[in-house]
Amino acid sequence: MMRSLIYLLIGIFFGITMFKSEAASWFRIYEMFKFDAFHMYGIIGTAVVLGVIIVQVIKRFKIKSFYGEPIEFQPKDKSVPRYIIGGFIFGLGWALAGACPGPMFTLVGAGYLPIFIVIAGAIAGTWMYGLLRDKLPH
Amino acid sequence: MEPWPWYISGAAIAAVMLLLLLVGKNFGMSSNLRTFCTICGAGKNTEFFQFDWKAQKWNLIVVLGAIIGGYIGSHHLSNDVTVDINPKTVTELQGLGFESAGTEYLPDELFGTGIWTNPKTILLLALGGFMVGFGARYAGGCTSGHAISGLSNLQWPSLLAVIGFFAGGMVMIYFLYPIIFG
Repeated sequence: MMRSLIYLLIGIFFGITMFKSEAASWFRIYEMFKFDAFHMYGIIGTAVVLGVIIVQVIKRFKIKSFYGEPIEFQPKDKSVPRYIIGGFIFGLGWALAGACPGPMFTLVGAGYLPIFIVIAGAIAGTWMYGLLRDKLPH
Repeated sequence: MEPWPWYISGAAIAAVMLLLLLVGKNFGMSSNLRTFCTICGAGKNTEFFQFDWKAQKWNLIVVLGAIIGGYIGSHHLSNDVTVDINPKTVTELQGLGFESAGTEYLPDELFGTGIWTNPKTILLLALGGFMVGFGARYAGGCTSGHAISGLSNLQWPSLLAVIGFFAGGMVMIYFLYPIIFG
């Protein structure tokens, strides 16, 4: 129960961040892909620089979770095609819908009902991937 | 309240990743789409969806939070949700038929109440979402899982995925937008 409340609070903070950073704005995504503003690059760049430091500190000092368990990082599977092809398809969709899987939900809360079409599409796309998985190059 | 500057926003995203690590979880939003499929019964005939979705319940709670956060951010922490994009971008978008550029948070032409009677727009949103869902699972993650968590852990595969994200996004906007919206 306590843990669920923590997840909820982290999610709320994430949702506010996505909205107030304007990372959930279709316009910002378009502008990013056109290289017309630094805004989105500044956001992702700051998050990654701080993220690298956070991960290094956790590994170096073997920091444990709040519950005393070791913090584990799962390395990504080594391969090329799945990341390039999958990433490319994701990028096509990201630029068209202007929302990735986090901001999609933020926009539900913000009251933009047509985002439900995007979410339904994303679930269908995930389902289709599951069906075709064995036939795709990875 | 004004929108947050990029450095506050970026630091807040890093804080979300840190908080999730400290409670023993990994930051990755697209996994939830797979969980939804499983809840909807996709596991009946597809092995990929056969997993104990209850182990992912924490992430669904994060999603619920993200919805509530979106409500708070838009309704209680913003007086004016206009996104102040580059004037050059505004002119360009108006040329593509996006008259609402520079006056809204999302374009009216894609997310306004008028779209429900416009089959082309509905199809475009569904197609965009479909490619996001398909591509994220194929690549094993999205912006949060690869661009933030993966790059933070110096994972080469994540860099490949991010290069793919940008290649796809640029092809869509530079080559396909003029065809779709021109």
